[in-house]
Amino acid sequence: MRLDLRLIAEMIPDGARVLDIGCGDGALIGHLTQEKRADARGIEIDMKQATQAVAAGLAVIHGDADADLEHYPDNAFDYVVLSRTLQAVERPREVLRQMLRIGTHAIVSFPNFGHWQMRWRLLWTGRMPDTETWDRAWYETPNIHPCTILDFVALCEADGYQVNGWLAVDEHGSRAPWRESLRLANLFGEQALFLLSRKG
Amino acid sequence: MSEAPATLPAVDHQRVVFPEGLALDSGVMLAPMAVAYRTYGALNAARSNAILVCHALTGDQYLAETQPVTGKPGWWSSIVGPGKPIDTDRYFVICANVLGGCMGSTGPREEMTDANGRGLGRPWGIDFPAITIADMVRAQKKLVEYLGIERLLAVIGGSMGGMQALQWAALYPRSVFACAPIATAAHHSAQNIAFHEVGRAAVHADPDFCQGAYWKEGRIPAQGLSVARMVAHITYLSESALTRKFGRRLQGAKALTFLEDVFAVESYLRHQGSTFIRRFDANSYLTITRAMDYFDLAADHGGDLSSAFRGTPTRFLVASFSSDWLFPTAESRAVTRALNRAAARVSFIELESDKGHDAFLLDEPEFHAALGGFLSGSADAVGV
Repeated sequence: MRLDLRLIAEMIPDGARVLDIGCGDGALIGHLTQEKRADARGIEIDMKQATQAVAAGLAVIHGDADADLEHYPDNAFDYVVLSRTLQAVERPREVLRQMLRIGTHAIVSFPNFGHWQMRWRLLWTGRMPDTETWDRAWYETPNIHPCTILDFVALCEADGYQVNGWLAVDEHGSRAPWRESLRLANLFGEQALFLLSRKG
Repeated sequence: MSEAPATLPAVDHQRVVFPEGLALDSGVMLAPMAVAYRTYGALNAARSNAILVCHALTGDQYLAETQPVTGKPGWWSSIVGPGKPIDTDRYFVICANVLGGCMGSTGPREEMTDANGRGLGRPWGIDFPAITIADMVRAQKKLVEYLGIERLLAVIGGSMGGMQALQWAALYPRSVFACAPIATAAHHSAQNIAFHEVGRAAVHADPDFCQGAYWKEGRIPAQGLSVARMVAHITYLSESALTRKFGRRLQGAKALTFLEDVFAVESYLRHQGSTFIRRFDANSYLTITRAMDYFDLAADHGGDLSSAFRGTPTRFLVASFSSDWLFPTAESRAVTRALNRAAARVSFIELESDKGHDAFLLDEPEFHAALGGFLSGSADAVGV
């Protein structure tokens, strides 16, 4: 399983009700169902992957975060997961709002646009960065709303979400040495993972 | 149509008769009431592996075996059987002829009874009471109980069968572990009703219809019923499927003339119409198309479809086909969203196909894999 999905799975307790937005072939919800007896469901925009997940006996709907979240009732889930998808949705702020309406917790992972390599490439070459994580040309990337770790924290602050935990990692899973500092994480973390809840 | 038989062939269908009958939505008491059915595979000791398959408008209970009237293979032979997605080595599969049908269940062809259930020595014909999709489901429930089954592992159906599957889950949530409504909707649209009305008008206009008492004259409204089937058949296909199959190809003519049977697609539709009248009763057609037209699950629940499924323990697989314009994907998505609003455990997929509404009956490997996986996941969950 992908690194960020492994880290997400570690955050979710046994028997939780989970919605995984952009669940792909259902690797995470399959794992949660089998290993944690979770009531795990998914939404996937790619038909082939959604069909594959359904054929594997998982509860997945073909749909997307921008259009489908509003149809779920309040507090329907304990955890709503959005992994590496925030930057690709039409209205990231609205998607976050829906996630914390239908779930008591939200787990969000995204590639960090503030990583030093991005800054360096843009500064040095004057062209859109092309790295392992951001590997598509600007005109064909599905990522329409890239953000940095600090941007994300600022949005959570503005919209009143509690950050219950966060971590930044590189592609190989190494977490140190920016474990404590958001500023360092913003410079050295390739991916970020946040656990949010509503304030109060 | 001169070669058409005057009456449908008599076949001895397997059936169970419920002397106490059934109270219909219309207020009529239909007693006795018979349900004709077929089963495949074996019921396990825990009686937990039963799957009910609901047939479409002109389908029947001959799901996975030779249809006795047409001699053709069962309508879902491709996916029901040992080792197939609806695996009869694992599941006990039931398929019943709908109430109002003409393959052995109580319907217009069967003997009319009076208020006390006494036979009147004539068929119901046009006097058969109006029935609803819910009536069909209640009749199936009696059969399922008769077979000793408290909870079905799954109810599956396409088109009108999908309406029944949804109705099952709404009426008897505790008796349906999993529900797969395929290429269907929670109500019959105005456009669909309009097409049905054209078909019914063709039947009514046929001089052999005799105000529905054609049975008395030994006639059948072959022309009208055939036209009804032709219209319906067009709605089952997609433009691209028709074009691929026939295009503007000519048949029985070298050049365009104003004679009949010039285009290949014309003779195809005529063939569809003429084979249909050999196996289907006109009054049954009128009764069942009406039942579909009446169907509106949301209206039965104050206009809110999700309240039909509030708190449901049933898990769902909703599936549509991309080129189906009779029951378009938007309808399936509306059902899915209503189920989401009810916090139901629902899967939804739109399958890529250019075969139109008919795709659910045809060879669609992705659909079969998804349905098979959904059933097998459900079976695992209940320990079958």
